This record gives sequence, C-alpha cells and structure tokens, in this order.
Amino acid sequence: MDYLDFSGVLARGDLLAKGLLLTAQISLISMAIGLVIGVLSACLTLSGNRVLRLVVLGYIEAIRNTPFIVQVFLIYFGLPALGLRLDPITAAITAMSIYGGAYISEIVRAGIEGINKGQIEAARALGLSGYRTFRHVVLKPALAAVFPSLSAQFILLLLSSSVVSAISVPELTGVGNDIQGMTLRNMEIYLVIAVIYVALVALLRGLMLGIERWAFGYKFVGR
Amino acid sequence: MFQPYTWNHVFFMLGGLGTTIWLAAIALVGGSIAGSVLALVRVAHNPVLRNAARFYIFVVQGTPLLVTLFIAYFGARWLGIDVAPIVAIAVAFSFYAAAFLGEIWRGAIESVPNGQREGSHALGLSYADSMRFIIVPQAIRIATPPTVGFFVQLIKNTSLASVVGIVELTRTSQIVSNATFKPLDVYLTAATFYFVVCFPLTLLSRYLERRLGTQTK
Repeated sequence: MDYLDFSGVLARGDLLAKGLLLTAQISLISMAIGLVIGVLSACLTLSGNRVLRLVVLGYIEAIRNTPFIVQVFLIYFGLPALGLRLDPITAAITAMSIYGGAYISEIVRAGIEGINKGQIEAARALGLSGYRTFRHVVLKPALAAVFPSLSAQFILLLLSSSVVSAISVPELTGVGNDIQGMTLRNMEIYLVIAVIYVALVALLRGLMLGIERWAFGYKFVGR
Repeated sequence: MFQPYTWNHVFFMLGGLGTTIWLAAIALVGGSIAGSVLALVRVAHNPVLRNAARFYIFVVQGTPLLVTLFIAYFGARWLGIDVAPIVAIAVAFSFYAAAFLGEIWRGAIESVPNGQREGSHALGLSYADSMRFIIVPQAIRIATPPTVGFFVQLIKNTSLASVVGIVELTRTSQIVSNATFKPLDVYLTAATFYFVVCFPLTLLSRYLERRLGTQTK
C-alpha cells in the first residue's frame, strides 16, 4: 500500500472549483427543466387524449428502462446523424432533463392520482376556474404529498451528472479525470471528489427540506 | 475505411449483454448478503452499530456510482490486491447495491405494524426469534416489488462499468460505434437490448406491487 498524498490534488483546487460550479449549474438547470417536463407529462398521461397519452407513456418507459449513459451517447453521438449537433454541455443538460423528467413525471402522477376527487368537485362548486382548481387544489397538494420522493429524485439527478464526464463535460468528475491525468494521484483525486459529492448531496437535502417547510409548511385538508 | 454495421456486430454486443447480466447478478447476490446485514443493523438496538450503518449508507448513496467505480478500480491496486479489474468492479457494485437494498429492506421491516412486534414480545419470543418468524417473513412480502425494481436500476447502472473499461454491453457498443461510425444505429440497438431485459422486470415489479404491496395488515 502506498501512502496518500493530497498536496498535488489540492493544488488544483481552482479546477475543482470550476468543476463544482458546472456540476451545480447543469444539475440545477436540469432539475428545473425536468420538473417542467415531469409535470407536463404527468398531466398528459392523465389527460383524455389517447394518442398523446401513449406517446408520453412510451417516452417514460423508454427512458426508465435504458441506462442514462446510453441516452447521453445517443444525444451526443447519435443526433448528429439526424443533423442535430449539440455541444457537450447542451447535450448533457438535454439528456439530464429528459432523463429526470421521466422519473419526475411518475412521481407527480402518483401525487395527482392521490388527490381526492371530492376536493376538485368542491373547488369547482365554489366557482374556482379550471386553471385555479388545477393549480391550488390539484398540483400544489400533489407536489406537497410527493415532495420527499421529488427530493430523492433531484439528488439522483445531481449524482447522475457525473456520467456526462463520459462526453468530456468539465464538471466535477470530468475535472477529476483531468487532474488524475496531470497528477497521476488517482486514489487521492477520486476520494476528494467523493467527499465533495457527499457534501453537495447533504447540502441539497438540507435545501430541499427548507423549500418543503417554506412552500408546504401547512397541512392540506381532506387528503 | 469504416466497417458496415452488420449482424456480427450485433452478436458481439449480445456477448456484452451477457457480461452486463452477469455483473448485475453478482451485485444482486453480494448486495443481498451485505444489504440484509445492513438492514438488520439499521433496526438494531445498539446505537453505535445503527449509526455506523447509517453513515455507510449516507456515504455510498451520496457518491456517484461512477466515482465509486473509479475508487474501486484504482483502490484495489492501491491496496496492493492483484485482481482483475472486473473483480474489483463487481465488488464495488455489491457495496453499492448493499446500501440501497439495506435501505429498501429497513423500510420494509419498519413498515410491519408495531402490533406484530408487541404481540411477539408478549408471547415471550426473543428479539431474534420474533425477527425470524414474525417480522422478516412479512417484510419480505413488502420488500419484493421494490427489490425487483432496484434490480432494473442495477442492470442499467452496470453500463457505467464501461467507463473503467469493462467490456459489457455499453462498452461493446462504443467499440462497434467507433468501428462502423454509426453511433445512432448502434446505441439504439444497445438501448433496445437494455429495454428488452429491463421492461419485463419493471412490469413484474408493478404486478407484484399490486399483488403484494398493499397487503401489509
């Protein structure tokens, strides 16, 4: 067993900081787009239009039953054959949003299906418009109910961002690979990277708990 | 210059699929053994053990699998253990699976109604006996659907072993893609293979959930 020497790795702290920033950026952007895709496709799977429903269900099953790295390769290496060439970071955000959206959709749908029908009828009877009923009586309580699953999914999305290092996106794992090449201190660099990810996950978990208290810090009646 | 994409390539990728399934099966077996220990420790009375298990799960679940694989790949050499990379990677997958299966099974054990625990205590059963005869048999029913679901995740996640050079399905696809320069066709083929293996398991998990999941009384 060799000794561990972190000095060479920590001397590249500037690179690590850049990678950390990019990881945070692509993760947050993908979470936001993924949430929009997820809510939209959850609504579509519950809607009356059969064709749309089948298309969306096909998307969800295709994404959920194939590996993320293959999806990344399809978007980055495969799409140019169809005339669509994306730079690595755009390809990464696209892949992560599409991937996250499929899982988020299932979570949101479970939440919406758990809403008591009587609540919707009551809201309509009270004269709320369809949009306001959906927003206040369906979507918000549904999100509140599934918020812990949603947080877990966001954490998985953050961790999955490491995979885009395979198309040479210089996020945290990507710069880790670069530093490994420069310093040849492979154990040290990946241990440091692992600690940073664990800290990031702890931070995100705390953040999501804060958001949960802030947004849903009251009880919904009638669930 | 480039080879045409032929059936030979597809058969080569099928060979990679074999390694994929083999790797996932090893991880499931290794992860089940370590995971059941972890689940029992997580619900044990001893707070030191309980928190140690909790810390292990926190660290493994908070590290990207790809980074875990790098650590295993370089770590085996660093420790001076001379094994084939695939062995180090299989061990890493087992450690990874243990953290998730441990949590799934802890949840199942805890969702067995408390009255069952009190009942077996009142009947004079020891902790080990009440676990063995009362709690765990019921927990297995609850845990089966999510365990099958996790196996799907495991099969998909073995694709990351390609990054450290294990020649499984994704790696064979990369090789074929480089040789034929038909990345769209090749990766769609790979995705289809994964889908054909994973989707039936997803359906099975859902079916089991309907059959077993809600009957926790």
